[in-house]
Amino acid sequence: MTTTTGRDRLWDSPEPEGSYDVVIVGGGGHGIATAYYLAKNHGITNVAVLEKGWLAGGNMARNTTIIRSNYLWDESAGIYEHALKLWEGLEDDLGYDVQFSQRGVLNLAHSLQDVREGVRRVNANRLNGVDAEWLDPGQVTEVCPIVDVRQDARHPVLGATYQPRAGIAKHDRVAWGYARAASAMGVHFIEHCEVTGIETSGGRVQAVQTTRGRIAAGRVAMSAAGHSSVVAGMAGLRLPVQSHPLQALVSELLEPVHPTVVMSNAVHVYVSQAHKGELVMGAGIDAYNSYRQRGAFHIIERQMAAVLELFPIFSRAHVLRTWGGVVDVTPDASPIVGLTPVGGLYVNCGWGTGGFKATPGVGWCYAHTIAGDAPHPLNAPFTLERFTTGALVDEHGAAAVAH
Amino acid sequence: MLLIPCPWCGPRDEAEFGYGGQAHVAYPADPGALTDEEWARYLFFRDNPKGPFAERWHHAAGCRRWFTVTRDTVTHEIHPPAFAADGGSR
Ligand SMILES: Cc1cc2nc3c(=O)[nH]c(=O)nc-3n(C[C@H](O)[C@H](O)[C@H](O)COP(=O)(O)OP(=O)(O)OC[C@H]3O[C@@H](n4cnc5c(N)ncnc54)[C@H](O)[C@@H]3O)c2cc1C
Ligand SMILES: [Zn+2]
Repeated sequence: MTTTTGRDRLWDSPEPEGSYDVVIVGGGGHGIATAYYLAKNHGITNVAVLEKGWLAGGNMARNTTIIRSNYLWDESAGIYEHALKLWEGLEDDLGYDVQFSQRGVLNLAHSLQDVREGVRRVNANRLNGVDAEWLDPGQVTEVCPIVDVRQDARHPVLGATYQPRAGIAKHDRVAWGYARAASAMGVHFIEHCEVTGIETSGGRVQAVQTTRGRIAAGRVAMSAAGHSSVVAGMAGLRLPVQSHPLQALVSELLEPVHPTVVMSNAVHVYVSQAHKGELVMGAGIDAYNSYRQRGAFHIIERQMAAVLELFPIFSRAHVLRTWGGVVDVTPDASPIVGLTPVGGLYVNCGWGTGGFKATPGVGWCYAHTIAGDAPHPLNAPFTLERFTTGALVDEHGAAAVAH
Repeated sequence: MLLIPCPWCGPRDEAEFGYGGQAHVAYPADPGALTDEEWARYLFFRDNPKGPFAERWHHAAGCRRWFTVTRDTVTHEIHPPAFAADGGSR
């Protein structure tokens, strides 16, 4: 698209219209991908994505881009593996380079309990058609020579799960690629437009109020990640999520030294090396509820202490930058994607620390849910009602600290 | 790092504390009488306000007592606990 200034832009920024068939609240990766699949898979193009800041400036801009599908339960394997398959064809589909790199992920085991949990997960993954291997310490060094596997180390490596098809992508380019393709099909991306109210009548959604005026909507799809409780609250809905800071950091640019992604739940840390060369690391959430996009330094300090034990070679690297996002955490570490008690109002939230990898999958399934007013089979288990029925999808083992 | 005012020990670093989430969530008086919906609300649903939040902290590496403060979840400003005569409500 070429503007009057002659500059090429990836997406149009039109003035909001008075009404749309579908309004998506939140222009993060999920909201943008949902708009893309609404247009592409369902022919619904009268869609606006409303973003209070700039497009994909929330968690989409802040995550550490780990992509994998080696979750324990069938329900999770279903949606995350669907996402991974879409990742594998995404650059062709979008006609855009997102720097998707299948460099594999190791999940280290440091105790017998970790070993048992890891082996069980490998077996569960295989039964679900997800590529997974159990590696002994020698095989771990073949995949990643810089991990310290000496058995007298502070965190001895007893083995690891390995998913070769896992990897990383360039988060910004993923958002831009989806937005570019959706915009070309007619979707409106409206930035600096905060939703401040949701109007309902007769048990059905009618419109949203925004800082850029009232916008009527046939359907409203919430996708506000860390702000999910706030947005749902506008429609009188209470969600079982808590918002927490989640931090990450990068080192200066280094020569390629780290060929894969290494995660360790036990010591709350994970590391990859971005295409540019910086080491990308993250930890677990800060304990308290917060909407402030920053966390405490002692979390970073502990995380670095663990990293240096696992990767002694990093001892001379410097922390260049740390930052935080606000993530929406559910009691069972699984997302909520589906219908709400309000007609025409849909919820996508609770992806917590691990929703980047799901971007294509959730976009696909959420679009299906909105278009047909019924969940896609892959998100059908992730209802709001599961907290009442008890049909939880407990992924704490595979997801709580991990991303 | 937060500086958290323990009512018994004074202001201490966050690293000394454990977090207990939303305050004033009472155990249901008659759990067996609750509907599934009500039980779910008790078990899984907590307030998640953007703004002032009454929450529990545990001074794990200090006096090991629990207390309640009101903290703003945007500014992180903490309003110290009220010293109630009833120690349990601190
Ligand atoms: C430090 C960090 C590391 C992470 N690492 C990984 C990882 O390695 N792998 C992984 O899979 N996941 C990871 N995640 C999680 C992942 O980033 C999120 O689960 C995912 O990005 C959430 O979906 P989203 O992209 O749509 O969210 P966001 O990008 O946060 O989008 C939500 C948008 O809604 C907007 N919004 C909120 N309220 C309103 C309103 N009232 N009106 C209009 N707009 C509104 C926000 O401004 C925001 O842009 C990480 C997260 C963080 C913070
Ligand atoms: Zn104390």
